[in-house]
Amino acid sequence: MMQWLPEDVSPYGGSIDSLFYFIYYITAAAFILVTALMIIFLYQYRRDDSRRAVYTHGHSGLELVWTIIPALVFIGLGLASKATWEKIKIEVPETDVEIRITGKQFNWEVLYPGPDGEFETADDYQVDNDMHVPVRTPVRVFLGSKDVIHSLFMPNLRFKQDMLPGRQIEAWFQADKPGAYEAPCAELCGFGHSGMKGTLYVDTPEDYAAWYDKRWPPAETNGSDASAAETTEEVLASGAVMDAETMPEAEAEPAATEEEAASAEDVPADSPAQETTE
Amino acid sequence: MSEAGATAAHDAHAEHHELGFIRTYIFSTDHKMIGRQFLFASILMLVVGGLLAMMMRWELAWPETAVPFTSWISEPFMYPADEDSAVGAVEDLSEFVDPYPGANFAKSLGSVAGAHMDPAFYNSVFTMHATIMIFFVVMPFMIGGFGNFLIPLMIGAGDMAFPVLNMLSFWTAVPATIMIVYSFFVEGGAAAGGWTMYATLSADPTLSGVDTGADLWVISLLVLGVSSLMGAINYITTVVNMRAPGMTWFRLPLVIWSLFVTAILLLLALPVLTAALGMLLFDRTMGTSFFMPGGGGEPILWQHLFWFFGHPEVYVLVLPAMGVTSDILSTFSRKPIFGYKAMAFSMIALAFLSWIVWGHHMFVSGMNPVLGTAFMLTTMVIAVPSAIKTFNWLGTLWGGNIRFTSPMLFALGFVSNFVIGGLSGIYMASTPVDIFIHDTYFIVAHFHYVVAGIIFGMFAALYYWFPKIFGRMMNETLGKVHFALTYIFFNCAFFPMHFLGVAGHMRRIYNPLQYEFLHDMQWWNVFITMSAFCLGASQLVFFTNFIWSLIAGKKADKNPWEANTLEWTAPSPPGHGNFETTPTVYRGPYEYSSPLVKEDWLAQDRKLGPEAVTASP
Repeated sequence: MMQWLPEDVSPYGGSIDSLFYFIYYITAAAFILVTALMIIFLYQYRRDDSRRAVYTHGHSGLELVWTIIPALVFIGLGLASKATWEKIKIEVPETDVEIRITGKQFNWEVLYPGPDGEFETADDYQVDNDMHVPVRTPVRVFLGSKDVIHSLFMPNLRFKQDMLPGRQIEAWFQADKPGAYEAPCAELCGFGHSGMKGTLYVDTPEDYAAWYDKRWPPAETNGSDASAAETTEEVLASGAVMDAETMPEAEAEPAATEEEAASAEDVPADSPAQETTE
Repeated sequence: MSEAGATAAHDAHAEHHELGFIRTYIFSTDHKMIGRQFLFASILMLVVGGLLAMMMRWELAWPETAVPFTSWISEPFMYPADEDSAVGAVEDLSEFVDPYPGANFAKSLGSVAGAHMDPAFYNSVFTMHATIMIFFVVMPFMIGGFGNFLIPLMIGAGDMAFPVLNMLSFWTAVPATIMIVYSFFVEGGAAAGGWTMYATLSADPTLSGVDTGADLWVISLLVLGVSSLMGAINYITTVVNMRAPGMTWFRLPLVIWSLFVTAILLLLALPVLTAALGMLLFDRTMGTSFFMPGGGGEPILWQHLFWFFGHPEVYVLVLPAMGVTSDILSTFSRKPIFGYKAMAFSMIALAFLSWIVWGHHMFVSGMNPVLGTAFMLTTMVIAVPSAIKTFNWLGTLWGGNIRFTSPMLFALGFVSNFVIGGLSGIYMASTPVDIFIHDTYFIVAHFHYVVAGIIFGMFAALYYWFPKIFGRMMNETLGKVHFALTYIFFNCAFFPMHFLGVAGHMRRIYNPLQYEFLHDMQWWNVFITMSAFCLGASQLVFFTNFIWSLIAGKKADKNPWEANTLEWTAPSPPGHGNFETTPTVYRGPYEYSSPLVKEDWLAQDRKLGPEAVTASP
């Protein structure tokens, strides 16, 4: 098997890749057929004043052949694609892991619901650009945007979905191999579009538990308001720290740094549970 | 009719209509002059669009280094670099890829009046590159230029149905062109939302940072739409009403079919664009919320409206090139076009289907996934007429007596590119595959093979009809050199973009090195850039040939290619009123190598009497 596409770490990516290579074989065959015929004809029927071109206006049988065969191939491809598309887009598996990712010029705002499993509660945790998910577990994502259209692209997960302001789009993905994967924005979103990216950390169960416990220490998760608020504050502070950490990377583009600074100022003003209209 | 008689009749005709300089060359109502005006305007814009592409390519190959010859562009678009900083910026690249490909080339050239590009300006550059190439190069060249020139001549009419409307069509396109170029020079620079101008980025000036420039973009396209609409009405009326006696629908050359179908598409598609642009302008300037969710609007509405126009627009661009190719392949194969009716009906099928495939641009937009499946199926269906056209072109070559002239080579180049562009489209039509390749360089490769591939159809048309338009021949040797260089470097520039796309390289990014997963692919970017520079430089051969032939080319006969269609029975160039007497048409346009005559061509207006000879094969 060829390996042109980036490494796939998702359970459904294989069927996308097979479709890609299937189309590759069909189009390569069609390309070779057409190009070979063209080259042969161009050579065979090059100018020769001792003979006359064949006087013909066409052939109905051939017209039928090259109408019906491509039509059948395309319909077959359509049906094959339909099944995979539905598996990915329509049949969302049951899962407890949920994240809300909101695009904003020019960062991913990642919101974790915390132990209560509910968004827009006090134990939410919000951070820019860092997505932690457990390995081999379906993850349900709620995608939105604060300003313009962004598109969350995770090449290794064969995942891409536009994020629209004013709407929340539900999608899912799953990663089967631990690691850190780049998650760029794929839709032009303004002057800082280039370089807008986050990282998807796919953690082993142990790493995920460690990360989770650090964020939400087991002793403090009994839901008392005071401790939850404290956690949120802590979390916001650490979120700001993380923003500051990512800043040197952005220094290469002076314009983007300004915007990052501006959006970092916005963070405390925005409640982690920002309004999202359905 | 004798040659001398024809010239005398033409001269006499011209004397009666002696017009001043202004009415002849500027505010002309003659379809041929208007065609030439569109032609020159679009060639000028081709240079602008091409140079923008060169700037982009430099930026992608050697990101954030000084782009040579740009120090004249003012801040905040470009920041002048002295020699040390230009060289230093290239040296810094080895931090990402070591050794960095083409570093010495970039060092030596980047210090020549170089300046650093601002990322926001980069967005303006690619937005304007696409806008200019689509709306101000391909459309005015093929539809404004050749549509104007060819329709009356090939159907045997003296002029368009509405000559004054025709003049207005050109003079409406001029302010649109001036506006789009001027938008570079206003505060904030030119539109930077991509040629698709997706809302909300485009609908609120504070989100993109471009204010007046984007307003000018919208207004320019609104005005240009009026120009195209005037042209479309004129073309449709002319083809329906003004065909010469005997010119039945199925004796029309396929290039006329293509222009007729294109005009209908424009007539129906432009109002949708106009409505969408109007709403966008209101959102931008008057605080309405058609596309802004804050006020109850819907950003996806823009995409539906834009692509409802945009996909027919793709066929508006490509159909005339298909028509030109059909005529040229038949002429130089000395053979009737294979499957004339299949060719005509497949164009009509493309036109109909182009209205129900727009959603394939929006598979990952957030549109209901069930709709995605529906649009995938219609998209698969639209590939069928394209396949029919390709196979009929091959059928035309089969058994021919092929003359490899410059127009023929370019027409073959168009077919070759169209095959690649058509096949790569199948990947995107498949919804699951599109999830990965959407918004990557794979699609950039695809639409350049189709839309930039049209330039081969444009050159084919220009080399073929140049003798009729300007009365002189272009140089064949230079034409062939131009073809060879263009064909090679075109493929070197655009084919590797598929590889980048497959690796996940996003389109519209300013610096690919910001993404670790793309570092290994960066040398392809350098290769593409080098090829693009060579492709650009190759066009110098064309400009030399074009200008030299205009001034000092060999005088052209009436029918230098021994072609059948009516324009070749008029003088080169045709005088006012085109034909001395209205021609009568006796047969279809592609009766090459007919057994009825000794020659291997049989003009559409030649009356065969009892003297017709059966040629021995």
